[in-house]
Amino acid sequence: MKRWLEPLLNAWEGVRTHKLRSSLTILGIVIGVAAVIALMSIGKGVQTQILSQIESMGSNVITISPGAVTERGVVGGGGSASTLTLEDAEAIAEQVPYVAAVAPYSSSNQQLIVGGENLNARVIGVTPEYQDANNLYTTAGIFISQYDYKRGTKVAVIGSNVADTLFSGVDPIGQQLRMGNNIVRVIGVLESKGRSMFGSTDDALMIPLTTLQQTITQSRTASGGHVVSSIAVVVSDDEQMNYVVTETTSLLRSRHELSTGEADDFNVQSMEELVSTITEVSGTLTIFLGAIAAISLLVGGIGVMNIMLVSVVERTREIGIRKALGARERDIWGQFLTESALLSFTGGLIGLAVGWGASKLISGVEIMGTITTVVSSDIVILALAVSVGIGLLFGFLPARRASRLNPIEALRYE
Amino acid sequence: MIRLQDIAKVYLLGKRELEVLRGVNLHIKQGEMIAIMGPSGSGKTTMLNLIGCLDIPSSGSYYLEDREVSRLSSGELAQVRAQKIGFIFQTYNLLPQLSALANVELGMRYAGGVDSGRAIEALNRVGLSDRANHKPSELSGGEQQRVAIARALVKDPPLILADEPTGNLDSHTGEEIMSILTELHREQNNTLVMITHEADIAHHCQRVIHIKDGQIEGEEEL
Repeated sequence: MKRWLEPLLNAWEGVRTHKLRSSLTILGIVIGVAAVIALMSIGKGVQTQILSQIESMGSNVITISPGAVTERGVVGGGGSASTLTLEDAEAIAEQVPYVAAVAPYSSSNQQLIVGGENLNARVIGVTPEYQDANNLYTTAGIFISQYDYKRGTKVAVIGSNVADTLFSGVDPIGQQLRMGNNIVRVIGVLESKGRSMFGSTDDALMIPLTTLQQTITQSRTASGGHVVSSIAVVVSDDEQMNYVVTETTSLLRSRHELSTGEADDFNVQSMEELVSTITEVSGTLTIFLGAIAAISLLVGGIGVMNIMLVSVVERTREIGIRKALGARERDIWGQFLTESALLSFTGGLIGLAVGWGASKLISGVEIMGTITTVVSSDIVILALAVSVGIGLLFGFLPARRASRLNPIEALRYE
Repeated sequence: MIRLQDIAKVYLLGKRELEVLRGVNLHIKQGEMIAIMGPSGSGKTTMLNLIGCLDIPSSGSYYLEDREVSRLSSGELAQVRAQKIGFIFQTYNLLPQLSALANVELGMRYAGGVDSGRAIEALNRVGLSDRANHKPSELSGGEQQRVAIARALVKDPPLILADEPTGNLDSHTGEEIMSILTELHREQNNTLVMITHEADIAHHCQRVIHIKDGQIEGEEEL
């Protein structure tokens, strides 16, 4: 028999002899490992999901949003000010280098009515550049054109959910749609992007920004600029993201006549920054979830130690016999360590299967969109290594106790 | 083969010292079959434990095959037990979860490696080859002791130690065990030291050592 195989078989014999006791011990590890795997896969899933949502919005995009308004020392929430204008967007397009497109937009919630169906949806006033900045594709018809934007035509591109709700069974292209007090004509339907924590375009309706300003909101700044709610800037060269952020910031500061020392009345955020923030946050979340699960693994490990201590006492005579037959301390030590490692490794394997199954069940449940849990190989390796490690760690004390037994006393033990 | 010189063993019972062996001198030649007799508490089991390298003396020297083993570490003693000594116990001391064959194989595990062929052969020699896959609980006392003998002999050690090997058996089965032991001793020519308090059993041996109060009281050649 192979040298390394024999101790394993012996340990297996020991595990098998006490089926119920071994199963209960293994169960502790199973629960711990399953919890670690399931929770970490959720954490990973959420992270991947958010990142892919960001990816779908375009990773080379800088988003400029209005800052907090400060009135008589009271600071309002971010985005509460109406500081960004269409004119700002035009200035960025003209003056900042490495800018491929600038897409200012405004939005407002409106009741949409078609025949007997109605729906409250987000109406976004956009420029043609909005399509590229957000990686939008139409499944039918076309997107808003430069002509529509210049003229302020009453046309709309609708999200897939809006199409399904208002035009079930009918081709929406060319149909009329009542939006508040206005009628618009549908010229395109967007491809579905799935749910997203950033608000999905599936549930939105897009019209030319100029149309929005003419029909729904007419707000202007004190200097007469047309207020927009956000500006998306598409950068032509990924390497120049930071440069564009700096240039845009200084351009907007001078346009908004902010003196040195005064805080920005807008926020410039690159997707890169957002990605790194979210990676950090969700990484922390994953570790946190893992840590909670690790506590149950720890409890399982203490269970292993408990059983191994009982096992050592119960098998005192066996240890005495083995020592009389010539077993050295390290033989006995190895025997008990192998047994506890085998116990917890078995638990780890089963726990891996259970945790995997659980994460597959969770996969598809909708939390902030559909989570696709990810059981990555590093989680698997980590869980198995940790379960063996736990066996060795918590088997250490019992094994040492066993190996140090006096053979004469051990043989006399009843 | 075995030389004990002024061996003393003192146990500490709380603060009181208990002298179990007091200056034992003994010489055993290779191939001898010896019985140690004495009343309970005379120190005969302690002496067997010392000879069996399960314990070390408090003072004095013990030479096994001309090597002093009375000062060895526990690891070195284990090596000596593994290579040189086979034990037979009154209560058989088989591992209950293992089959007869696996118990015999256990006798070789720490002595360099398991050889199933030799284990089967050893069971054969004690007449138990048809019981190889039985657990100890499925065997009679006599059969269990035969398994234990096979376990002690399977690695062919120069020294066999038996602590009242027939103590738990009826006289008929005891006789059977003794005839197996005697026969195997004759074949293999190892040195055999056994403890007994039955004179009938002791008569199978060539020499009987009488021990009392931790000292050798006398010996008789048979």
